[in-house]
Amino acid sequence: MVLKPQIEDIKIIGFYSGKIIISLSLIMLLPILCGLFFKETQPVLDFTISMGITYLFGLLLTRLCYTNKELNWMQGMIVVSLSWLFAMFFGAFPLFLSGHWNSYLDACFDAMSGFATTGLTLVKDLDHLSYTHNFWRHLTIFIGGQGIVIIALSVFTKGFIGAFRMYVGEAREEKILPNLIYTARFIWLISIVYLILGTLILATIGIINGLRTKNAFFHGACLFMAAFDTGGFTPQSQSILYYHSLPLEIVTMIIMILGAINFKLHYNVWTNRWKDILKDIETSIFLVTVTITFFITALGITQLSSYSNFTMLFRKGFYQLISAHSGTGYQTIYAYQFSREWGQLALTGIILAMSLGGAVCSTTGAIKMLRIGIIFNAIKEDLKRIMFPERSFLIQKFYHLKDMVLEDKQVRAASLITLSYIILFLLGTLVGVFYGYPFLYSLFESVSASANVGLSCGITNPNMPWGLKLTYIVQMWTGRLEFMSVFTLISFFLAVLKGK
Amino acid sequence: MLFITSLGYAEEKIDSAKLIGNAKEYDGKIIIYEGEVIGDIMSRGKYAWVNVNDGKGTIGVWVDRDLAKEISYVGNYSYNGDWIEIKGIFNRACLQHGGDLDIHAKTLRIIREGSLREDQIPTFKINLGVSLMIAYLLLTGSYLLKKLIWKRRLVS
Repeated sequence: MVLKPQIEDIKIIGFYSGKIIISLSLIMLLPILCGLFFKETQPVLDFTISMGITYLFGLLLTRLCYTNKELNWMQGMIVVSLSWLFAMFFGAFPLFLSGHWNSYLDACFDAMSGFATTGLTLVKDLDHLSYTHNFWRHLTIFIGGQGIVIIALSVFTKGFIGAFRMYVGEAREEKILPNLIYTARFIWLISIVYLILGTLILATIGIINGLRTKNAFFHGACLFMAAFDTGGFTPQSQSILYYHSLPLEIVTMIIMILGAINFKLHYNVWTNRWKDILKDIETSIFLVTVTITFFITALGITQLSSYSNFTMLFRKGFYQLISAHSGTGYQTIYAYQFSREWGQLALTGIILAMSLGGAVCSTTGAIKMLRIGIIFNAIKEDLKRIMFPERSFLIQKFYHLKDMVLEDKQVRAASLITLSYIILFLLGTLVGVFYGYPFLYSLFESVSASANVGLSCGITNPNMPWGLKLTYIVQMWTGRLEFMSVFTLISFFLAVLKGK
Repeated sequence: MLFITSLGYAEEKIDSAKLIGNAKEYDGKIIIYEGEVIGDIMSRGKYAWVNVNDGKGTIGVWVDRDLAKEISYVGNYSYNGDWIEIKGIFNRACLQHGGDLDIHAKTLRIIREGSLREDQIPTFKINLGVSLMIAYLLLTGSYLLKKLIWKRRLVS
């Protein structure tokens, strides 16, 4: 028998969602400051309006649903999945008010794409968008990358029990420090230190490459936020091709890889435990999968003789591959070049890389290296069981932050999430095919949305069918939260309808 | 002249969508492309990168720095950039620039000078923005006042 949720459940969910919405409204102060700096009157007004509406809604929710009770697991998961939807609705306001998006749905698409660190975009005339709105686009990636709930956690001075439940709901399980609030703050500390360093490096390259100083710093900060948080938005419509710069490509590639590394490993590096990075199963799997997928991609490009020498092939092929594998979505080729010049085999290599992703507890989406490693080890263990005498006692070990013994429950969890991703990839592909797009291109775009990558072979544009826009929004949301909190929300609504 | 003939002509105005979509067909040919200069003009030694948007897409143009000096406005939030016409060689995967799709300009002509973009603020935005700001300040003020009163009561 399914139990109908009580009014108290709804009040608790509403209260904590309201707190997160208020946090979001306060973050809108940053683009307002940016707008004041660049003297952009109308964009400042757009954000003032959006901030006011968001704050009032959040306040209303906390007052109507006031409670002093803690969250349980179900409520924590629902708060997370709902908060991401609220963030999309409110985050889309200033975008829509700018007039650069055809409809509110398009603005919602970009807001979700930003928060989920995807990078697919439906913006019109991006090259004339204000600094303020452009900053917000990149800030949504920075916020979403660390996790919307992480922000709320970071500003609470005291911890509360429900915090861990929301933290897990946002697709993170590993605490870096024993206290969750300290973990949240450490994630922010890492991100801000890297942001300052990364911005300085990228701005210097920008100045050397001929950008005006003001623009060099603005682009540097935006590019860093979108690369480290594996988002993929850029301030100009040509993505990274706008800069025509090899040094910038190399630096953004390093930042993308840094963003794909587990935050716990960043902590180990900060505490002088460098060797952990080399020993960790995620690193070795990442190296293997990058090699294999690059080989497939390069073979595909070579078949069509798209580049006349290996240097060009490597520069274009490897950049796109790292961008795909880390889930960033930066491009140094045009979307149509994927479909017209790279061929089916190269596209398959990129699709594979997108579906694999980076490390757990990082800002990347997709299946992720740890799960691939666990499934691979489980297959190895099963093969050993067949090969070895029946009486032999087998233990499969691997290193992930510490020595670990492979357990059935790990294999089950990894397989379930992997299976869920594959189903999500296929569902999006089916919708693409339904709207008349070829299978491989539909698969490419569907994997890109579900794995929060942002590479496009041309399907994603303001004129695509609204059904496909909605599908990709759901894919980005579900893929970023790694299913559990979304499934819990769906079950909650079903329980409201059918419960007794 | 011989050099130009061997490269082949496609001396019609071609838009970015056509160029990118049929890059192999136009590769190495002299083309005419026009559009708005957007973003910064990025100087690299004797040359400069100028990104030109024709409304369907943006293509990077590698141009002599002296030619680039003729450009007065670049497109961004505040300005419409100069509308220019480029005659040059189209490269699907430029050998000189690591495989970038670009145009190496031979000539550059300003067709229309750029201008300041109008930024008229609709009245509803001003009214809504001011009302919400007042509501925001009142609510925050009342919350802080309430907190202060509670603190004083607790102390006393």
